[in-house]
Amino acid sequence: MKPKVAFFEFTSCEGCQLTVLDTLQRHPELLEVIEIVQFREAMSERSDDYQIAFIEGSCTRASDEEKIREIRTQAQIVIAVGACAHLGGINAIRNRMPLENVREYVYGEKKDWFETYPARPLSAVIKVDAVIPGCPIDRDEFAMAVTHLLQGRMPAIPDYPLCIECKLTENVCMFLRGQTCLGPITRAGCDAICPSCGQGCEGCRGLIPSPNLGAIKDALRERGMTEEQIDARLSLFLTYQTMQMEGVTPA
Amino acid sequence: MSTLKVDVHHVTRVEGHGNIVVDVENGELTQCDLQIVETPRFFEAMLRGRAYDEASHITSRICGICAVGHATASLRATEQALGVTPSLQTTLLRKLNFHGEILDSHVLHIYMLVAPDYLGLGSVIPLAKSAPDIVLRALRMKQLAGDLCATLCGRHTHPISMTVGGFTQFPKPAELRALRERLVASRADCDATIQLLQGLEFPAFERDTEYVALHRDDEYCFIDGSIASSDGGIRPLDEYREVTNETIVAHSSAKHTRHRRESYMVGALARFNINYDLLHPRAQAAAEVLGLHPKTINPYLNAAAQAVEVVHCTEDAILLIDQLLDLGIKPEEPAAPTRMSGEGVGAADVPRGTLFHHYRIEDGTIVGANCIIPTGQNLANIELDMRALVPGILDRTQQEITLALEMLVRAYDPCISCSTHMLDVKFV
Repeated sequence: MKPKVAFFEFTSCEGCQLTVLDTLQRHPELLEVIEIVQFREAMSERSDDYQIAFIEGSCTRASDEEKIREIRTQAQIVIAVGACAHLGGINAIRNRMPLENVREYVYGEKKDWFETYPARPLSAVIKVDAVIPGCPIDRDEFAMAVTHLLQGRMPAIPDYPLCIECKLTENVCMFLRGQTCLGPITRAGCDAICPSCGQGCEGCRGLIPSPNLGAIKDALRERGMTEEQIDARLSLFLTYQTMQMEGVTPA
Repeated sequence: MSTLKVDVHHVTRVEGHGNIVVDVENGELTQCDLQIVETPRFFEAMLRGRAYDEASHITSRICGICAVGHATASLRATEQALGVTPSLQTTLLRKLNFHGEILDSHVLHIYMLVAPDYLGLGSVIPLAKSAPDIVLRALRMKQLAGDLCATLCGRHTHPISMTVGGFTQFPKPAELRALRERLVASRADCDATIQLLQGLEFPAFERDTEYVALHRDDEYCFIDGSIASSDGGIRPLDEYREVTNETIVAHSSAKHTRHRRESYMVGALARFNINYDLLHPRAQAAAEVLGLHPKTINPYLNAAAQAVEVVHCTEDAILLIDQLLDLGIKPEEPAAPTRMSGEGVGAADVPRGTLFHHYRIEDGTIVGANCIIPTGQNLANIELDMRALVPGILDRTQQEITLALEMLVRAYDPCISCSTHMLDVKFV
């Protein structure tokens, strides 16, 4: 029997689900081996009988927690899809800012009309079985994850830094090009797509295990970045993880 | 039916979370809301304190479907603020990239989100079995659009190589020639798309409203230009607040806007109505086949206007590639800022309509940001359409009424996750 698969999204741009659609259109054979029973963005049919849940987006309000737990109860396997679900993503930039200030800047005196709290990855709310990192996810990695699941194992992601892939791609190092890059501390798996397009890595796939943050900050300083600029760069996708390391994870 | 309650919790086949709530008691419409229940996202607040060259990367994350549009509007706002003048090559590459996004988004909307309703299906998936040629065509067109963006900016969802003043990588002439060949071959798919639309029976609902789009005298405008209204008047971009006039309503985390009337519409139909004369002749011919003329006031026909734009963008992409090849594409450094402080408004007419980014920058750091997104501008208009539509169809079953309302909302191609973080900051 084909595994029943459902897709969900919380606070996100839904770009990862669009990448899933893109993967399915390039690999239509995937539709032969799984049964999609829920995918709000793409279909009106829906069933709550599923074994595998792919969840995009971070949790940014208390009222979303119940739905996230409900999915956990139903699904045998929960996969966090993309940087928002995996790391809190770009939504977590505001976690280092006073929340009231953020709310007031956008909604003014009506700030209390709209519920919110600091952005959190799914793993802060429920147990997550595996992640597909990236902003957006890499379509080949998604296809590979589905293949792994069909073989009865969890999707595996690299535990080495992006620099290894960048070297294999034969890019000239961004630092040698006079620019900056978070490749040394960032998890590989995207084929170093940003350096290959002439931009430094922004860290969207999260930190490698035991990253040397001191050394990367030194390297960024040597390239003329100010402390504020370094903090800003490290907060683009890594706010939640770095705050965790500092022991100041928001509630 | 004198009493009716419609409560569509999370409209499907749209981007983001919205609910339709309609309440009719004893024949009287007491409530008719499109509730936006997406979480607030606070991008404008998150932009403060960031280096100017990070803004396009951050704001492209507002949306997975119009990421190129956000990046483009963001770059133009930054460039206006810092006195950057991009080269002709950059301008041409951006236009070409933008066409890739319009094509991708319109094809997705027409084939995968709208067509299933008209064919009596819940999604495109069963269509793959019953009419594989239609699905294969849609996939072929989407793949071409995606490859176009990937060639120019690394990928479509969250473009990489677009930067302030230019690009950080450049397509090879051979890659552009290969894309050109596929675009020319895609003319047959464009024709078939028009035929498909011709065969769909659109609801006969009409409601006149104000249409707003970017406008230039010399091209069917997607980037820069001025703000034009079908009710008359053209304003420069930096007067965008005079048009958008945002207000906060309780049932929507996205703000509402109004200009000369109670509401206005942006998007493909608005662009078509305002800029029809500037469409490529093949696109005008396609409109003729569909019986589409300005001004068309049936909102369901937004999908037809999108199909006309698919033809236009395909043709214009071919012309842009020819221009780039003639010019001889070459790697060039991005144009540099002439100052590090300033204020600027950038605009782009993205698939769903006019998008504004407005930044204030001090010493290279963003200190104030405002983004006004097309779906937010359309929300009040959608609600007024629903209010006009419901009384005329109360004799139908609840199921039919619900479907008619869902199809109406979908016709606007709403992008809800984009629209839920708007504000009206007063820059002092």
